[in-house]
Amino acid sequence: MQQLKTAISRLLQLALVLWAVVTILFLMFRLMPGNPLAAYIDPTFTPEQQASLMAQFGLDKPLWEQYFIYLGNLLQGELGQSFRYREPVAERILALLPNTLILTFTSLIVAYAFGILAGAYLAWKRGSAVEQVAIPLVLTTRAMPEFWLGMVLLAIFSFWLGWFPAGGVRPAGAEYDSLWALYTSTDFLTYLALPALTLAIYSQGLPLLLMRSNMLDVMKEDFVTMARIKGLSNWTVVVRHAARNALLPVMTSFAIAVGYQLQGNVVVESVFSWPGLGRELVNAVSASDYPLAQGAFLMIALVVILMNLIADLLYALLDPRVSHA
Amino acid sequence: MPEATVQSSAGEPGLLTRSFRALRLPLNDPFAVFGLAIYALFVLTAIFADQIAPYDPNEILYTPAYDLAADLRPGEQGFVLGTTSLGRDVFSQLVYGTRSALLIGVTAAFMVALIGSIVGLVSGYLGGWVDVVLMRLADIAFGIPFLPFVIVLAAFLEPSIWNVVLAMALVLWRDTGRVIRSQVLTLRSRGYVDAARVSGSSNFKIILRHIAPNVLPLSFLYGSIAIGWAILTEASISFLGFGDPKSISWGYMLQDAFASQALAKQAYYWFIPPGICIILVVSAGFFITRGYENILFPKLGR
Repeated sequence: MQQLKTAISRLLQLALVLWAVVTILFLMFRLMPGNPLAAYIDPTFTPEQQASLMAQFGLDKPLWEQYFIYLGNLLQGELGQSFRYREPVAERILALLPNTLILTFTSLIVAYAFGILAGAYLAWKRGSAVEQVAIPLVLTTRAMPEFWLGMVLLAIFSFWLGWFPAGGVRPAGAEYDSLWALYTSTDFLTYLALPALTLAIYSQGLPLLLMRSNMLDVMKEDFVTMARIKGLSNWTVVVRHAARNALLPVMTSFAIAVGYQLQGNVVVESVFSWPGLGRELVNAVSASDYPLAQGAFLMIALVVILMNLIADLLYALLDPRVSHA
Repeated sequence: MPEATVQSSAGEPGLLTRSFRALRLPLNDPFAVFGLAIYALFVLTAIFADQIAPYDPNEILYTPAYDLAADLRPGEQGFVLGTTSLGRDVFSQLVYGTRSALLIGVTAAFMVALIGSIVGLVSGYLGGWVDVVLMRLADIAFGIPFLPFVIVLAAFLEPSIWNVVLAMALVLWRDTGRVIRSQVLTLRSRGYVDAARVSGSSNFKIILRHIAPNVLPLSFLYGSIAIGWAILTEASISFLGFGDPKSISWGYMLQDAFASQALAKQAYYWFIPPGICIILVVSAGFFITRGYENILFPKLGR
C-alpha cells in the first residue's frame, strides 16, 4: 500500500516536471528575438504549407491560445515540420533514437561491468599502493572533456593506426536490407567501438567509486563479521556476502547515468559524426531548424525525466527502508 | 562547529580573517593542497598572461622568411608549442585561454553556490509552502538536460561566454540547494538556534548569523565542483561552435584544431595541451572537494 502511494505521488511529480519543461521550451522558442512565426514556419515553405502550419499550430492566435494548441499537439505526438528535411519532426527523431540508445547502452554496460569489478577490487585493496594510484586516475577520467578524449582516441586509433573508421555508422555507399541488418553487421561494430569506448571511459568512474564506497560500508556490517567468524573463505565473504549487497545502489545509479549520458552524447556524437539525437540537436540549432531542435530537446528531456523516476522507484523498491514522505 | 583551535587565537580577528577561516581551507590534506597549488598556478598565469605569452593569441604570424607560420611543430622557428593552421601561436592561446576559463569557472561557481545556498537556507529554515515550492522548482531543474539547454540558450542569445554562466545559474543550483537544505534542517533544531529565537532575534538575523556560517564550507565544496563543471561546459559549447568567437578559450582551441584537421595531421601539440589544462583545473576542484569531505564528514574516512 505504502509503495503504491509512493508510486502515485512520484507519477504526479513526473507529470508536473514534464509540464514545466514543456512550458519552458514553449516560452523559449516563442519569446526568442525575431519573428514569432519562425518557430514553425520557414520562409521558403510554399504558401499552402505555411497556411496549413499556421492553422495546425494556431500561429495567428494570441499566445495563450497557441500554448494550449501546442500542448494538444504534443499529446498527439505532433511536433511540426523540419525546415531542412521537409518531413515531420517526430518521424525524424524516432528514426535517430535507436542510434543514440545503442551507443548509450553499449557504453554504459561496458562502463558498469568494468566499474563494478574494479570498484570491488579497490575496496578489497584498501590502503594499498594500487589504491593510491588508481583513485586519482579515476578522478582524472571524470575531469576529462568527453569530446577531447574522443579526439585523442580518434587521432591515435583511427588516423595513426588506422584500426577504426573516423566517423559515421556505415561505410560510404554501403546499403543494408533493414536496420536490423545494419546493427548486426561487423562494419557497424567497428564504427561503434571508438565512440562507445570514449563514453565508457568517462562513465566508469561513477559505478567504480560508488561500488568501492558501498563495499567499504558493507564490509563493516555485522553479517559480514558473522560470515568471517563462521570461517568462510575470504573470497566467499567478499563476493557472495558483501558484493551482492553493495551492488544494489550501484544498479539504481544506472538509470541516472543513462540520463547524464544522453547529455554527454551531444558532444561525443558530434566528434564521431554519429547520427543520433545529440548531433541532430546541435545541427538543428546551428541551422536554425527550430521545430527539429525543439523536438530533439524534448526527446532528450523525456528520457532524462523518465530515468530519474525509474531510479527513484527502484531505490524505494530495493531498499524498503527508504520512504517518500 | 568551528574547532577549538581556530577559536583560541588571540584577540578578535577582523572580518576578512574570520570569513577566510570560515571557509576552512583543507590545508592538512595533501590532495587538497595539490589542488590549491594548481589553482594558484593558473590564477598567476591568468594575471600575468600579457607578460608570459610571447605573442598576441589572435595574431597571424610569419616566419623571418615572410612565409605564413602555419602548422609548425613545437620548437620550430622558436614556437614553444608550435602554431595553428592559420599561423597563430599555440602556447600564447593556451596562456590566454586560462583567463576565460577562470573567469567563467569562478563566476559560474559563485552564482551556483550563491543561488543554491540562498534556496537551501530559505527552504530549509522557513519550511512550509516556501519549502514545497522551492523543492518542486529543484525537481523541475533536475528534469532539464543541462548541455542541450545551454546549446538552445546559446543559439537564441548573442554568442558570449556569459551564456554558460547564465545557464548554470538557471539550472545547476539544484544540487547545492538540496544538500544545503538538508543541512539547514538539522541545524534549525539545534539549541543555540532556539536560544537566539527566544531571545528575540529575527528570522533574517538567525539565518545570517547563526546558520549561514555553518553551511559556508558546504557551499564552498559545491562551488569548487561547479568551477569544473563550468569549464567543461564552456569547452563543450565552444567545441560545438556556440562559443564567443572573439575570446580565446581552451574549448575554442580544440574546436579550431578539430575543424582544421589537426587529428589527421597528427598535430598532438595543438590539441593535447588544452585538454591537459582543462583536466588539471577540473581535477584540482575534485581534489579540494575531497579535502573538504574529510573535514565535513570525517566518518567517511575515504
